[in-house]
Parts: sequence; structure tokens; C-alpha cells
Amino acid sequence: MIAKGKNASELFPAVVKNVASKNIEIKKLVYVYLVRYAEEQQDLALLSISTFQRALKDPNQLIRASALRVLSSIRVPIIVPIMMLAIKEASADLSPYVRKNAAHAIQKLYSLDPEQKEMLIEVIEKLLKDKSTLVAGSVVMAFEEVCPDRIDLIHKNYRKLCNLLVDVEEWGQVVIIHMLTRYARTQFVSPWKEDDGLEDNEKNFYESDDEQKEKTDQRKKPYTMDPDHRLLIRNTKPLLQSRNAAVVMAVAQLYWHISPKSEVGIISKSLVRLLRSNREVQYIVLQNIATMSIQRKGMFEPYLKSFYVRSTDPTMIKTLKLEILTNLANEANISTLLREFQTYVKSQDKQFAAATIQTIGRCATNISEVTDTCLNGLVCLLSNRDEIVVAESVVVIKKLLQMQPAQHGEIIKHMAKLLDSITVPVARASILWLIGENCERVPKIAPDVLRKMAKSFTSEDDLVKLQILNLGAKLYLTNSRQTKLLTQYILNLGKYDQNYDIRDRTRFIRQLIVPNEKSGALSKYAKKIFLAQKPAPLLESPFKDRDHFQLGTLSHTLNTKANGYLELSNWPEVAPDPSVRNVEIIELAKEWTPAGKTKKDNAAKKFYSESEEEEDSSDSSSDSESESESASGEQDEEGGSSDDSSEDSSSEHRSDSESASEVGDKRTAKRNSKSNGKSDSEDGEKENEKSKTSDSFSADSGSEEESSSGSESESESEFESRKVAKEKEKNKTKQDRNPLTKDVSLLDLDDFNPVSTPVAFPTPALSPSLIADLEGLNLSTSSSVISVNTPVFVPVKTHVLLHRMSGRGLAAHYFFPRQPCIFGDKMVSIQITLNNTTDRKIENIHIGGKKLPMGMQMHVFNPIESLEPEGSITVSVGIDFCDSTQTASFQLCTKDDCFNVNIQPPVGELLLPVTMSEKDFKKEQGMLTGMNETSTVIIAAPQNFTPSVILQKVVNVANVGVVPSGQDNIHRFAAKTVHSGSLMLVTVELKEGSTAQLIINTERTVIGSVLLRELKPVLSQG
Amino acid sequence: MIHSLFLINSSGDIFLEKHWKSVVSRSVCDYFFEAQERATEAENVPPVIPTPHHYLLSVYRHKIFFVAVIQTEVPPLFVIEFLHRVVDTFQDYFGVCSEPVIKDNVVVVYEVLEEMLDNGFPLATESNILKELIKPPTILRTVVNTITGSTNVGDQLPTGQLSVVPWRRTGVKYTNNEAYFDVIEEIDAIIDKSGSTITAEIQGVIDACVKLTGMPDLTLSFMNPRLLDDVSFHPCVRFKRWESERILSFIPPDGNFRLLSYHVSAQNLVAIPVYVKHSISFRDSSSLGRFEITVGPKQTMGKTIEGVMVTSQMPKGVLNMSLAPSQGTHTFDPVTKMLSWDVGKINPQKLPSLKGTMSLQAGASKPDENPTINLQFKIQQLAISGLKVNRLDMYGEKYKPFKGIKYMTKAGKFQVRT
Repeated sequence: MIAKGKNASELFPAVVKNVASKNIEIKKLVYVYLVRYAEEQQDLALLSISTFQRALKDPNQLIRASALRVLSSIRVPIIVPIMMLAIKEASADLSPYVRKNAAHAIQKLYSLDPEQKEMLIEVIEKLLKDKSTLVAGSVVMAFEEVCPDRIDLIHKNYRKLCNLLVDVEEWGQVVIIHMLTRYARTQFVSPWKEDDGLEDNEKNFYESDDEQKEKTDQRKKPYTMDPDHRLLIRNTKPLLQSRNAAVVMAVAQLYWHISPKSEVGIISKSLVRLLRSNREVQYIVLQNIATMSIQRKGMFEPYLKSFYVRSTDPTMIKTLKLEILTNLANEANISTLLREFQTYVKSQDKQFAAATIQTIGRCATNISEVTDTCLNGLVCLLSNRDEIVVAESVVVIKKLLQMQPAQHGEIIKHMAKLLDSITVPVARASILWLIGENCERVPKIAPDVLRKMAKSFTSEDDLVKLQILNLGAKLYLTNSRQTKLLTQYILNLGKYDQNYDIRDRTRFIRQLIVPNEKSGALSKYAKKIFLAQKPAPLLESPFKDRDHFQLGTLSHTLNTKANGYLELSNWPEVAPDPSVRNVEIIELAKEWTPAGKTKKDNAAKKFYSESEEEEDSSDSSSDSESESESASGEQDEEGGSSDDSSEDSSSEHRSDSESASEVGDKRTAKRNSKSNGKSDSEDGEKENEKSKTSDSFSADSGSEEESSSGSESESESEFESRKVAKEKEKNKTKQDRNPLTKDVSLLDLDDFNPVSTPVAFPTPALSPSLIADLEGLNLSTSSSVISVNTPVFVPVKTHVLLHRMSGRGLAAHYFFPRQPCIFGDKMVSIQITLNNTTDRKIENIHIGGKKLPMGMQMHVFNPIESLEPEGSITVSVGIDFCDSTQTASFQLCTKDDCFNVNIQPPVGELLLPVTMSEKDFKKEQGMLTGMNETSTVIIAAPQNFTPSVILQKVVNVANVGVVPSGQDNIHRFAAKTVHSGSLMLVTVELKEGSTAQLIINTERTVIGSVLLRELKPVLSQG
Repeated sequence: MIHSLFLINSSGDIFLEKHWKSVVSRSVCDYFFEAQERATEAENVPPVIPTPHHYLLSVYRHKIFFVAVIQTEVPPLFVIEFLHRVVDTFQDYFGVCSEPVIKDNVVVVYEVLEEMLDNGFPLATESNILKELIKPPTILRTVVNTITGSTNVGDQLPTGQLSVVPWRRTGVKYTNNEAYFDVIEEIDAIIDKSGSTITAEIQGVIDACVKLTGMPDLTLSFMNPRLLDDVSFHPCVRFKRWESERILSFIPPDGNFRLLSYHVSAQNLVAIPVYVKHSISFRDSSSLGRFEITVGPKQTMGKTIEGVMVTSQMPKGVLNMSLAPSQGTHTFDPVTKMLSWDVGKINPQKLPSLKGTMSLQAGASKPDENPTINLQFKIQQLAISGLKVNRLDMYGEKYKPFKGIKYMTKAGKFQVRT
């Protein structure tokens, strides 16, 4: 009955009684009924509330969720407090599904009682912090509904949302992408400026900077796009491949509105794909393409033929396609298009044929080369049998002639003849106007036409009558001898017309042109008034004015502002502080950084270049992000116990120590680049140098703050970067040193920053999804060990394989994705990202000669045919390192060149994690004693020994799995080597004071000791 | 978001309504009827209709209008895509989606709609999950239900929604483990009067029917993945693997699903497997016109063309046609002026043809344009683009599944202008 729209409310009490029914189907139907009629029978509806309240406490998460759903759907104001309470409780529920429903309930409550807004915003804020992909979509929806202007709530969650986006369910993706588009428009500076010619200046200035940046992120432009902005653009790209048209459209509009102009092109292919879809989808997509194609013809030009009209398309699709074809028309393709249009004109769908004629007219005005051809074609159409077609042609011809009236007397004569046969008023009026306008060129015909019209004046349409009056007036002025009487006759007729517009016009004209004593100065100018040169009308697309609406929105489709439409703001002049997106902890740390010095340094840096600062902040923030995501709980607990400064220091330190291995690595990278810069012969010394720096570095940190271990690499590295910056400045001001050194320091800094900015790499985007997938598989060998629900930051460092300088524009980086290799189970899988930094294609990239040590094997990637300029591609290779850290050397070849490159695996990457029980672990350990055991003692501050810190440090260095441990003070990790599959057992046993014992048991003692050596500094250091 | 949904049949009756927020009176549909009247044909009803307080977004499928009522700004594609998903779900549940079927299963329909949207925001749209929540009706189950009093509503609540692979049910068991893939390609083409191709492109899909126990992880690789120019995936496909290795790696949903749809790049020349010879002429003076078409195979790679069907919308002036086919059957509807000719298989030795005369309205002038001919056909065991599946591997489970791959080429929007 509900479905039929009948009122079934009188049955209410009887139905509601069944709410406690055991039968689920009845229960559900009662829910439906309840939700439908509760508003009308509020008192009775209250009877059922207690049932729901009980269900909210049910141990089954799904029952809790559905109870909340129904409860919040009952639109009875009295229960608002109950709902509020339920939502608050549910938003803290352990199950993400319940939290998702809480987010839905927020909207319902808001629409029921907007006064709860403040409270609801609090809940939204809390839910926005949620890391579950289930919740993300719903909460952003609630955000959009309740408080779309509170953009400040997004800051802290921006990066998380970007990273989660791929894994959110499709409907959520649409909402999030729309929200992020608005966000990006308020928070980032426009990437479009590069088109304004600023580019050149900037390029020179930043040249050396530039190179480095391009090394790490090919697409980064010299104007330095905010890394967060880039993050968003990159993370949405895979979604263009979605099967859901709404998602594709959402991404398309995001690219259109916020990405640099050079990158928008990639969306066109996907949009064209949508055209295969249902008619309604086509309709919307075509509308959007129409708007886009006005501004950017080039985008859709390659797909011109996809817009050709089929006779089976519905009319609205046909007209839209026509619109796009017009927009795309240019000198090159106009001849093919015109041929195509000729077919359309003959179409049986006359409305469409008429639209085609207008289109031809527009093409003719836009492209001057074909104006004549079009005009001739249109004149041919005048002999068409169909009246609508003829009328439309006349109107279009009129517009065309107006632009270049001089040479077309013949056509005008022809049209004058047509006047006898055409009945459509608009066309008749157009002809009359045309004749009037050109009456001096056709002196013989014009009066004759007027005579005919005078005869039929009374039976004409109003529109035509007005034009007759006009024609009369014009002729009177130019050729009064022949037409004086006729005009007066017409004016008399007009005077007694039924339409007041016509009477009005008549009076006006009479006063103006017929000289009498009263007529003032105006009549002298009558000729000027009537025969003034009129500007030709512009034939414009109806989609011209639509671009101020956000693409893909309802408002855009309707071309009016829909309810609740949110304007897309213009780009800000200056980017708002990017640090707001950092997560709190780091902000504290930043304030804390070396007393007094910070400000000055910052200022100095700003003076030098903004990009650095941005990168710097992103650097710290990315660290903090990853850390806060996995260990924020830890953080709080820790913070409470220690005093302020140490809290800061510890938090800071932890954020860094988490990527501690990275620090070491960064250093290597730095060294590398340095030595690269200095001279290539220094390669051999690299090793030494590296160890030296790390030595001196630890000494440094020791001296700086001996008591607390909080000195640490982060501040240290920040220090150093600052030093470098200063040094640079010095260099710059003095300008006496050899420019090479300057380059080196520049190299240094930039190299350092991006490496520590995981955000700038494609890997984090991939890792959560991969992990999710792997988890779904329940693969025991899955790469990540950190618990399931937290989005894990897999500590991926990239290493430079081929520098763009030495690779003549081809740059290559590699990293270890820590996946089981698909090429062979004894191989370590390695992903190599190739970037083309040149401005031409690099062709045929392949791996040439391999120089591998004995026993090593390598599975190469398939040759890459070509790599577009600015393009990048990721390929994977597998190398069987035979469980040794020996270097694998091979040649990376392009069509023209060959480059020698080598990969040396960190020992931790030669492992695959395994899961085992504690008992098994002990058993295995028992078998691997004596020769097979190596151990060492570590000394470090107690805050380094919290479980999560140890976990993170170890996992960072080595690809190991966690073994659940019964004792708090012992942490166990297990892995097997990739090649031989022998076990590698790592134990960290915490002792009294600040010491710990690190034990490694393995058959492969060599690797074991290497791993021990690598783990020791990491664990002891900050 | 979506406030209400109205289902309207072709005669203009609202036969089902569902509200997710407060109730919207069905009188709002009057605006829709108005637009429908103006549009004359159902196809031409604009998908988005503004009314003073609401916006009506409609989808027309299976002769039913699905009209969604919304109140605030929302991406229109969002709603349209969702409505299509609703129709797909009905089709999945009941086999067909038609007015009588929906009326017969109104309870299930209601329950499904209730699950799909919460407060107007899509909740569960994966048919795998929905089927776990609400079991689709079968004859057997209806009988059992009436006897035992049990229901279609699943008694255990679904776990799929909570997992990281929401598209797959847990605990799937089959005795015969099988995975079938159909590679279906459609040719969209416009052929002009002289037989030359104006535009032609190939759109392909891979539909899968996977019935495998447990949580299998499949990889599917192609001999020539380079052919695929633009692809869109089912959410189960790991995008990164595709990006880096051009391999489809996925945990499949249970049952039927569309794994991937693709577009073959426009640079490749498309082989057109059929040609149509036509001579259609109207004479100005006489009331008779000549009509003759012949269909023949062109580039078929040695396969036979089956299921050929020719349709053409004749001009209004044509009163009747008297035609004689050399094979197959033909019909001409004098009201809609639709000519259709079911040809069947094409025998290359004896080409099928359709000849005859048209009687035209006396006195009417000859039509400007000859009618376009729409062509349908099928070619088994051939993917016209040359795409070939290399191999299918399964990881994660122990048993050996039975695998099968079928290729088919069909005509999509294949038009011949005459």
C-alpha cells in the first residue's frame, strides 16, 4: 500500500506492535512502515523506540547499525536527544560499519533539527579523522550537507583522504572528489599561471633547482606546485578507469578545475569512453564536453569522429553532438565536417536538420575560409522542400550576409523571390529586414517587395508587420519618390493595428520620417538612425556561459543555480599556509625547533626560495603523517607522562626514527649526488665517506644534547639543511666561489628533501590498496606486518638508478615493493620508475647486457617502445640476488644510448616475512644456536623501546613478519631469505635500564651479521 | 541526495514509489508528464527536469521510467548511474525488469531498495552483498517459504560489506570449480553511401562467470595487451599491476560480472566484416519506388557471419512495401514505417538479398534522404581486434579449476547510409 501511495496510517498501532517480531522479514517491513508514517503518528511511534535502544547495544555490529539506521530515520522531533546520544556512541564504535551508519545518521538528524549543528560538527570532526575507507565517503557526505563551509576541518585529513581515495567505495569517491576540488581551489595557488609567460624567467632562476626536482618528480613544474596539490591530482588519476560514470566525471571535473592545463588532456579519452554508455549518461557527458570544448578545442579534436551523429540517436543527443562538432571545427577539419553536415541536413528529423543549419552558420562565421562555401550551400538549401529547413537557412543567411553585405546582391534577390513561398514568420521577417538594410543595392526590387507586403499587411504575423514598417521607413528615406505613398498606406494600416507594439512603432516612425513643422531635430537624423551600420551579430554557443558552473554538477546541466550549489572559488592569490595540513604533533615540534633560531632561519629561507620551505614542511609533515597514522594512540599516552619539551622532542624524534633507516639512506643519497657533482671518480670513496658522515653525525648529536635522546636526526637534518641553505646564500651573495660548489649544495638539499617525502612518490598511493588486497587474500607471505586496520606506511625508499644528467634526460629510480616476485619465487621484485625529462620521445628502453655475479639471475622488463616527454612509466623486474648483497650491474639502454647501472640490495630486502606462532619460533630458535646465533647489546633511551617504535624501526629496515609475543619485553620477528628460504629470526629483548639485547638466529650467518649491523644503529639511534 | 523514486510505465501510471527522506507527493511527477508530452517520443524526454522545488532525474529502460526526485545540488551522473544500477540489480534478481515482474515481487523490490540507499546515499550496491541480505526469489524457494514460513531475507547478516573485498561473498563452495570468460567485441561504424568507412571503432568487454571455491586470486594475461587503448575495470582489478605489467590481477566476485571493458585504439584500422549493396530510389512522379539490398561478407577471417538482422526506418511517405527476400523473413510496419529483415546466416556462395517495390503516398514529394540501414550480426570465435588471452592462472587455492574462454564479435551501432 505504501508503494502504491495510499495512506495506510490508520493501521499504525497494529503494525508497530510487530516491531519486536522475531521474523526478520516482518521486522524489516515494519521498519519501512514505521519510517514512512512515524512523522504523522508521533506518539505511537515512540512505542517502538525502546526496541531500537536495546538493539543499539547488541553485540552484533550489523544489528547495531541497522537499529541506528531506523532510529535516525524516524522523523520525530521528540527523540532528537536520543538520536544525538546514539550517534555519539556509534561514532566511537569499534566497527567501521556502525561508524559509517553514524555518519549517515548525522545528515538525517541535521535535516530534522538544524539546531544541533554545533554538536554534529563535533561528531563530524571526529569521524573525519577515521581511517577506515568505509567511513570516509559517508562522513564527507555528511560534511557537505551540514557544514560545507568549515573547510578548516579538512586540513588535517586532506592527505589521508587523498591516499584512501582509491579504496573508498565508488559513491563515496564521487562525493570526496567534489569536496576536494573545492578544497583545492581555496588552498592552492593556480597552476595555470605557467601559461602566462612567467615560466621563462622562473626557469632561469631555478634552473639547477629544477633539475633536481624533476629527478624525483617528473611532472613537477618550475612554479613549484604544492606537493599536496600534486598528491591529489596523482591519486585521482587511476579513478579515470572506474566503471562508474559518475566517478569518471568527478575526476574529469577535478582535472579540469585544478590541474595544470598541460595535464587536462588525459581526461578526454575517458570521457569519450563514457559516450558508449546509456543515453542519459551520454546526455550529461556531452554537455560537459561541450563546455570544455569551447575553451580547449585541442582536447577533443582527436576524437572528432566519436561525435558523429547516428540516425538512431535521440534528438537531444544529436543536437549536443552537433554543438561539440561546431566547437571543434577548425581550418583543418572543416571540409570533412561540412561533408558530414550535408548528410545531417537531409535527416528526417527536421528539428535536427534545422539545428545543423545553424551550426553551419556558426562554422561559417568562425572560420572565414569557408564562409563562401557555407553560404553557397545554404543558398542551395533555400530550394529545399521542407519549410523549416528553408526558414532556418534564411535566418542563418541573413546573419551571414550581415557580416559581409557588399558582394551578395544576387542572394538577396533570390531571397526576395522566396518571400512569395515562405510562410514561417521568422524567415519572412529576416528577408524583409535584409532587403531593407540593403535597399540601395537592390533598388528595383525593394519597392516591389514593399508593394506586395502592403497588400498582405493585415494578414501577417506581428513580427513580420514590424519589419514591414521598418522596410517602409528605410525605403521612404532612400527612395521616397517611389515609395512615399506606399509607406503612408502602411503607416495608416499600422495605426489601427490590434497590437500596441505595432501602433507604437507606427507612431514613432511617422513622427520621425514624415517631415512636418513640429518634428524636431530628430527627423534630420532619421536617415542616420535607420540606416546606421549595424554590427554583425555574433553566433555563439549556448554553452559559452556555462563555464562558471562547476562541471558535472546539476547546476551546470541546467545552467541555473540549483539549491545548495556551492560556488567554486577562484584560486587564491597567495597560497594559504600549507602547514595547516600537517598533523598537530609536528606543529608543536616546529615551534620547538632550536630555540630562537627557527624564525630567523625561516625568514632567511623564505627570502631565498619558497619552494624549499614548502618542501621542507611537507617533509616533516609526511613523516609525521605516517607516524601519526600508525602510532597516534601511542603518542598521547606517552605525552601525558613526560614534560612538555621532552614530549616534543620525543614525538619529533619518533617521527623521524620511524624512518630512521631512511635517514641513513638519505645520507647516502646525498653523498652520492655530492660525489656525482664533484667528480665521478670519487665513487670508490663513497662507502668511506658515508660511514664517516654517520659517525661524525652521531658524535654531533651526542654533543648537542647529551641528556635526552631527543636531539635526533630530524632536528639535526633540519639543521643541516638550514646550514646548507645558509651556505647557499653565502655563496650567492659572495659570488666568488666556484659555481660547482653551489650546485652541489643545491643538489644536496633537494635530493635530501624529496627522498624523505614519501608523498611525492607513487608508492604510498599504491601500498594501501595493495595491502588491502593482500590482506583480503590472507596471504601469509604478505609484505606488511603492521596491523590490519591502520593504513600502513610501508617504508619505501627509492634509490636512484640512473640520474637524469648522466642518463641524458632519462632518469630511473627503483624501490623494493616487498611483494613476492611474480617472475620467480627466488627473486626479489624491484620496481623501476623511468622518467623522461627531455622534450622528445625516448624510444625503445630496454635492459641490455647484464653483468651479474655467479648464480644471480635477473628477469628483465619488456622493452618500452617509447616514453613521451615528461612521461613516466613504472616497470618491474625480478632479481635473484642469491641471498647476498652483491651488486647487480646491468645496462639500461635506449635507442641511442646505453647506461651502466647497478642495484645493490639492502639486506633487509632479501627477506620475505613469515608468520609463525611463538612456540614455533622458540623451537626454531632452539635449533639455530651456537654458530648460527649473533647478538649484540643496544643502548638507547627508554622511549625508543616502546613496542610500536621497535616494530616500526625493524620493519623499516627489514622485510620481516611479527611473531606475537607473550612477554612484553621480548619482541620477535621472523622472515625467510628469498633465495634459499632459510629462516631468519630476530629477537629484541629489553633489559633493565636502557639496554636491550638484539639476537639474530639464522643459518645464513653472513646475512645475519650484516642485518645485525644494520639494525643496531637504527635501534640505538633516534 | 535522492529523496524519492517513482516508477512510471509507458502508459503514464506511477506503479511504485519509494521515499528515503520525508515523503514527496507524487504530484511532482506532473512536471515529468508534461515534459514527456512535449518530447513526443520516450527517448527524447530530457533526463534532467527542473521543477520549482525539486529536480527530476530520470532513466528510461525496459519501457519503464525510473524517476528520482532530488532537492539539492548533486552531480547528475551520480543519480543517473545509481538508477541504472538499480535496474541492473532488478534484472539480476528477477531475470527481466518489467512492470508485471516488479509488481509481483513488490516486497523484494522494496527490501532491495531499502538496502541500496540510506537517507538517499547509496549503501550497498554490489549485487553479491544484496543477494546475501535478500535472497532472490526462485520457484523452489517460494514453495519452501510458503510451507515452512521462512523468508527471503537472509538470516545471517552479510560479512562482505565489512571486508576489504566487498564484492566477494565469503565461504563460497562449489563442487565444480569453473571460470568462464567471454571476450565480446562490438563494432560501431558508420558506412557512407559509397561503401567507405566514415568512422569505425571497436568496443570490447570481458564478461566473466566465475564459480570458484574459497578466495581465489586470478591473473589473466593477454598476448597483445598493447591493443587495449582505454580500459575501465571492475573494482576488483588491481590497477597497479595493470599499469606496470599489463596483467589483470584480481579476486573475482562470485558469479557473473563484467571484468573489464575496453576500447581499441582508433589508430588501428578496423576490419569491417560485412558490406551492404543497396539501391533505393524514389521517383518524383510515380508513386512507386525501387528497393534492393544485398548483404555480403567482407573481412571475416574465414568465419561465418550469423544472426544478421537488417532494420531500416523508412521515410514517412512510404505507404507499403512489397518485397521478396532470397532468404530469411521480413516485416514492414506501416505505422512506424519500420522495415526489418531477419537474414540469419550469410552463405558466401549465395548472397542474401531483398528486392521489391515501395508504394508511396500519392502526390507527396519524394523524400530528401534515403533511409539509413542498421545492421546486426554476430561472428562466433573471433575477436575482430585480434585480442587474445594468453593465460589464466589461479593462486591462493589448491584445486584445479576448469577454465574456458570464448570470443565473439557483434555489431554495435552499425549504420549504413544510403
